[in-house]
Amino acid sequence: MKQTVKRNPKAPRQRPGLLPMETRLACHDEVCQGLTLEQVETEALRCLNCKHAACVDACPLHVDIKGFIASLTEGDLMTAFQSITRSNPFPGICGRVCQHEVFCEKACLLGKKREPVAIGLLERFVADHQPSPSGPMEHARRLPEGPRVALVGSGPASLMAAYELNRLGYRVTVFEALHRLGGVLSYGIPPFRLPPDVIEGEIARLDQLGVEFATNFLVGNTATIDELFDQGYKAVFLGAGAGLPYLLKIPGENLVGVYTANEFLTRTNLMRAYDFPVEGTPVIVGNRTIVIGGGNSALDAARWARRFGSETTVVFRRGRAELRARAEEVELAEQEGVRFEFLAAPVRFLGDAEGRIREVECIRMRLDKPDGSGRPSPVPIAASEYRIPVDTAIVAVGQAPNPTLQRATPQLLTRNGRIVVDELGKTNLPGVYAGGDVVRGGSTVVLAMLDGHAAALAIDRALRCEPGHGKAIAEQPEEKQR
Amino acid sequence: MNRLLATKVLAPGTILLEVEAAGIAARCKAGQFVILRPTAHSERIPLTIVDADRNRGVITLVVQAAGKTTQTIASLADGDLILDVLGPLGEPTRVEKVGHVLGVAGGIGVAALLPVIRAMQAAGNKGTALCGARSQRSIILRGEIESSTSESAWATEDGSFGFHGNVVELMQAWYQAQYSPPDLVHLVGPVRMMQAAAEVTRDWQVPTVASLNPIMIDGIGMCGGCRVAVGGVTRFACVEGPEFDAHQVDFEDLARRNRAYSQQERQALLRHECKLPGAIPTPGSVAPQHLGSLTRHAAKT
Ligand SMILES: Cc1cc2nc3c(=O)[nH]c(=O)nc-3n(C[C@H](O)[C@H](O)[C@H](O)COP(=O)(O)OP(=O)(O)OC[C@H]3O[C@@H](n4cnc5c(N)ncnc54)[C@H](O)[C@@H]3O)c2cc1C
Ligand SMILES: Cc1cc2nc3c(=O)[nH]c(=O)nc-3n(C[C@H](O)[C@H](O)[C@H](O)COP(=O)(O)OP(=O)(O)OC[C@H]3O[C@@H](n4cnc5c(N)ncnc54)[C@H](O)[C@@H]3O)c2cc1C
Ligand code: SF4
Ligand code: SF4
Ligand code: FES
Repeated sequence: MKQTVKRNPKAPRQRPGLLPMETRLACHDEVCQGLTLEQVETEALRCLNCKHAACVDACPLHVDIKGFIASLTEGDLMTAFQSITRSNPFPGICGRVCQHEVFCEKACLLGKKREPVAIGLLERFVADHQPSPSGPMEHARRLPEGPRVALVGSGPASLMAAYELNRLGYRVTVFEALHRLGGVLSYGIPPFRLPPDVIEGEIARLDQLGVEFATNFLVGNTATIDELFDQGYKAVFLGAGAGLPYLLKIPGENLVGVYTANEFLTRTNLMRAYDFPVEGTPVIVGNRTIVIGGGNSALDAARWARRFGSETTVVFRRGRAELRARAEEVELAEQEGVRFEFLAAPVRFLGDAEGRIREVECIRMRLDKPDGSGRPSPVPIAASEYRIPVDTAIVAVGQAPNPTLQRATPQLLTRNGRIVVDELGKTNLPGVYAGGDVVRGGSTVVLAMLDGHAAALAIDRALRCEPGHGKAIAEQPEEKQR
Repeated sequence: MNRLLATKVLAPGTILLEVEAAGIAARCKAGQFVILRPTAHSERIPLTIVDADRNRGVITLVVQAAGKTTQTIASLADGDLILDVLGPLGEPTRVEKVGHVLGVAGGIGVAALLPVIRAMQAAGNKGTALCGARSQRSIILRGEIESSTSESAWATEDGSFGFHGNVVELMQAWYQAQYSPPDLVHLVGPVRMMQAAAEVTRDWQVPTVASLNPIMIDGIGMCGGCRVAVGGVTRFACVEGPEFDAHQVDFEDLARRNRAYSQQERQALLRHECKLPGAIPTPGSVAPQHLGSLTRHAAKT
């Protein structure tokens, strides 16, 4: 009983409810509450159902945005869920942390004149309210019996590859060095942005499909890549991420109280130091915290510091326009009382007799001609040094690819630590593919997923050509290709 | 999950554990370690792989009950499951035939020295072990050290066994009696012991390696918590170490960083001990329950 829907593009873009300020800083609950059913009805009707849906092209995974929103307007959540998961089995994760403002929403036609459709929030709604929370997705295949493929790391790149390979009929094992799955989603992104049960729920669905997970397994050390092949894996995908934190290389960086963002976030997110001493791992957050950097890690660390009751300043050497963090996060951080100091950079940390950080010396910067990254390059202003008293400093100036695999596999071709791949995601080693941050350096969740997807298809093609494997994977799920 | 097959008390507070870990046993080398997390609420802590039996798929660890996590490990019973064991981690010891290798160890470091000096001896070196303990009661693995070396001696701080003094003094006394200096010295033990011993071997002009024990979290090179200053360069001990040129290590820096959480460690231990069977909780000694208020639990400096 399909009704003709009455579109209403003129309705204002719906804003999600936010956790009230009084409770927000006293807990680590998710800040963004998502849209209500009523809001979703309004928001879905804003969509123009464009003939040529630019949003779909702009989504790296080509999620059928137009289709799932159309299902929403008909109140058909089940179909909406199946439309999304045909190309993205992780709508709860992507609906929250994907940078929709630079992908799908940026291309949304409605956005040319008005504000774009809130695609991310709609995607999240479907994920949170889908009718069969634990049921598998229609397009997936349970317990395949094809050749085995090993995926290294359990971040978005490997998770996506696992899903895709599983439905192509391969038996996959995800090897993760840490004790928890999810990569940066788990150890880096705080629960107030992406609650652990959302990650766990979407990973549990893979588990039900027969994807195997091996935690506490550092490929390179626990077993080498060659040994994985010896154990019967026919292909290996490296999704080891970019976890090696850059340091500032300035005096005083080893003082007690100076953390890399990775250490700070690992202690707080992965090891739940916010619940010390119930949890064994502590973190020291003093009364005044300075965070250095302007990306996601800097913002996440700063927002945590506020939740520990610390006065928090983010020092960034460029201007507001150059912040790499998402605008949405910057706004929430400011609401939460995070201060920003632009055009400044630390030159040294100063400590007390016990080696604890007490002050940071900064220098003012000005912006000059664009540098290699296309952003204006910051230049120090002579004799403009000044000092800020601090108890905790968090260095969030970027990450390089994890070094462990490369150390254990010197024959793997890398450039500046990044694994070099061809357009199919193949490395220089036969049967070994790579994608996500280990190839791109720091990037984004959805691009890591795209790489995982592409590598899965390339692995499938390669293994199918190999004699002997053809039979096991002859049968294809119909909706394999988008 | 890994099963704890057997435990043995080596000295008061020091326990030997045999843990089922076939994959690690099959490939670990001297000088490597595991990261272990005994329960869901525990820290991840590094422990040296003291021995490995490939045929049985078993690794041997020796733990000194120093704080909350190590006490939790020490209180496990045979047959218990250990939640997480990751390894083998770290760069293995560089084992080469150099001639005469002197191992100097203090406290729990004796356990960490054992696989190294064994490997050195097996590579055709003459191995000497000088070990330190507080008293005769706290001596561990004496038989194993003796049977794996050409020569060994003990120092106890109270003089109850062997040389009366600390192991660095023993080392100096030992040196007096030598015709020629050793070709390589390997240090493992408390930071201050390694620092003092490194000064001694600097005078001897003998290449010296120290196995460092910074605080670690992930153990796979992702956090930088284990960073140490070596020759003015920051190195991540979990992937680039834990062994470094002892004459280049900034031990003051290491000592400071290892003390960073002493207050929190005491707090955690107090809470842990109150919950141990037999302990009598005194009013106010139990940490407040988590009430959702983060600031109350945030460790303040
Ligand atoms: C704090 C923070 C916040 C971010 N916020 C956002 C955001 O809001 N939106 C967004 O789009 N992007 C965000 N990003 C970027 C995004 O998280 C990454 O681009 C993405 O996670 C990369 O995925 P990946 O699968 O390549 O690797 P990762 O997510 O890094 O996962 C790699 C995994 O591999 C494991 N591993 C490494 N080596 C081995 C080995 N040898 N053996 C076994 N396992 C191994 C690691 O332990 C890790 O779990 C953020 C990044 C950070 C650091
Ligand atoms: C590579 C490496 C190998 C190690 N091998 C062993 C081993 O085989 N057996 C063993 O018992 N211990 C070993 N350690 C030390 C062990 O990891 C620490 O004792 C442990 O982390 C303490 O945890 P805890 O929660 O029980 O104590 P905490 O409450 O964290 O600390 C209790 C006491 O131990 C001291 N301490 C804390 N961390 C360290 C550290 N990293 N090194 C030395 N002292 C510390 C504290 O200053 C404090 O006095 C090793 C450390 C490293 C880095
Ligand atoms: S995955 Fe990202 S880009 Fe694609 S539809 Fe979802 S939010 Fe938009
Ligand atoms: S571009 Fe915007 S309006 Fe058009 S279909 Fe996509 S979401 Fe709807
Ligand atoms: S323990 Fe985290 S980098 Fe070494």
